[in-house]
Amino acid sequence: MKKPSIAQLEEIAHELRVIILKMVHHAKCGHTGGPLSCIDMLAALYFYKMRIDPKNPSWPDRDRFVLSAGHTAPALYACLIKAGFIPEAEMWGLRKLGSGLQGHPKRHVEWGIEMSTGSLGQGMSIANGMALAGRLDKRPYRVYSLESDGGAQEGMMWEGAMAAGHYKLDNRVALMDYNGIQIDGFVKNIKDVHPLDKKFEAFNWHVIVVDGHNMKEIVAALDEAEKVKGKPTVLIGRTIMGKGVAIFENKPKYHGVAPTDEEMEAAMKELGHA
Amino acid sequence: MPEIATRDAYGKKLAELGDKYPNIVVLDADLSCSTKTGVFGAKFPDRFFNMGVAEQDMMGTAAGLAVCGKIVFVSTFAIFAAGRAWEPFRQSIAYPHLNVKVCASHAGLTVGEDGASHQMIEDIATMRVIPGVSVFVPADGVETEKVLEEIVRVDGPSYVRLCRAKSPVLFDPSYRFQIGKGNILREGKDLCIFTAGFMTAVVLEAAKRLEEQKISTTVVNMASVKPLDAELIVAQARRHKYLAGVEEHSVIGGLGSAIAEVLAEKEPARLIRIGVNDEFGQSGDYLSVLKHYRLDAEGVANTILKSIL
Repeated sequence: MKKPSIAQLEEIAHELRVIILKMVHHAKCGHTGGPLSCIDMLAALYFYKMRIDPKNPSWPDRDRFVLSAGHTAPALYACLIKAGFIPEAEMWGLRKLGSGLQGHPKRHVEWGIEMSTGSLGQGMSIANGMALAGRLDKRPYRVYSLESDGGAQEGMMWEGAMAAGHYKLDNRVALMDYNGIQIDGFVKNIKDVHPLDKKFEAFNWHVIVVDGHNMKEIVAALDEAEKVKGKPTVLIGRTIMGKGVAIFENKPKYHGVAPTDEEMEAAMKELGHA
Repeated sequence: MPEIATRDAYGKKLAELGDKYPNIVVLDADLSCSTKTGVFGAKFPDRFFNMGVAEQDMMGTAAGLAVCGKIVFVSTFAIFAAGRAWEPFRQSIAYPHLNVKVCASHAGLTVGEDGASHQMIEDIATMRVIPGVSVFVPADGVETEKVLEEIVRVDGPSYVRLCRAKSPVLFDPSYRFQIGKGNILREGKDLCIFTAGFMTAVVLEAAKRLEEQKISTTVVNMASVKPLDAELIVAQARRHKYLAGVEEHSVIGGLGSAIAEVLAEKEPARLIRIGVNDEFGQSGDYLSVLKHYRLDAEGVANTILKSIL
């Protein structure tokens, strides 16, 4: 299948933003900011880089993705809906009783949800385990995870980072959504994680820092990661929480709340879906 | 009587199972000499990963290996497996119901001299409360091997509580362990003691002492703490005037509590719970520590006599 162009990927990311906001607004709760900050990276991952097949979701050689930043679940669900893993109508079930779209991901491989996540920092280790299994079984798949800067305050994340470096997991790529905001405010004020690049370097990772909203840079970084041998790669994306909708951008308030009706109307107008 | 520590039986059996099941992978957190996973590691270096002193990472890594089809055995001391790494175990292994077997050694007071920080008298409580997790406490080397043979055939998470100290071999090789079943080791008329793990041998000894005091005692070994053999508990409650649960664990939340739950719902009866009474352990050689907490044969027999006379 032909790879989409940068312009097409940007258009996909735009559509995904609309899906995310519709889902979270309908659920009347959940996270607005994080899904919008990571979605450009996820769009590149799902629609440009990963080898996956919605018609064969448990294909043994598929690339794996673990949403370590589990609270950005609407971003993952939007990708899986758009990619054809999850039926579109399911989006209205987000956070509702009986729905497969739990508030934080619950493993459901048929829908492309590879792992249950939500407790920060744990996805790093889980993805490492998948990468080790791939190496043991001599399978070609690669394992991606989405980490967050708030999650980088968890000790377990660094245990995992150390393990991936030690085991030279070059089939392993972590994407870091570095938007600088956590629930209680700005990361730098609460417990600064800077410098993330030097931390990962110290744990023997190949580090690429990109503008997490620049599709060209993201795509180039994902391509570069594939060529790295003997090391895992981290792609640190400098991002803006709530990116794409001016009223949400860089405001800690929108880390964990759904848009009101008025905010939703303004957001849709800005995204050209009014 | 020959003796073997359940952790030694674990190491030996795990290495055997590695031949039969090529998809077994073993993880340890810098304690492979103590937990005996090193035996597997020496035989199958490709399928053994030492995760270093990082128990949470070990649980997460185990989850990742398990979602990719591996049967994962994870070992460290019980305090770290069922304590420190409890949350990653719950989130990343139990919640998605993955095929990870946590075989934790040095449970109970068994680390003796290391003291309270390394002893674990809360693990049955912390593990059995997690949905879908099975909990097993084998009494000797033979039962340890039988438990391993069974759990490796069942898809899903389980916790096996192992002991550092050598314990007498109670079962012969023909013994058949069944998940969810207890087994009667000794028949009596007055008192029934439910127990598990290292305490099974202690209780058999205590039963002899009770017999001398004219208390005819049944001893039931409850290696399968979850699922628990409720039917057997109810049957014994109907047959005996006195019931006791004896364990090397806090009296809060362990085997005694599990039995009390069954009795309260199905066959109301008084149960004497014997274990560690809401306090931390302390340093000392294992048998001295057991004696201090009245968990030696004499202490168990005396506590029961005091409760029923």
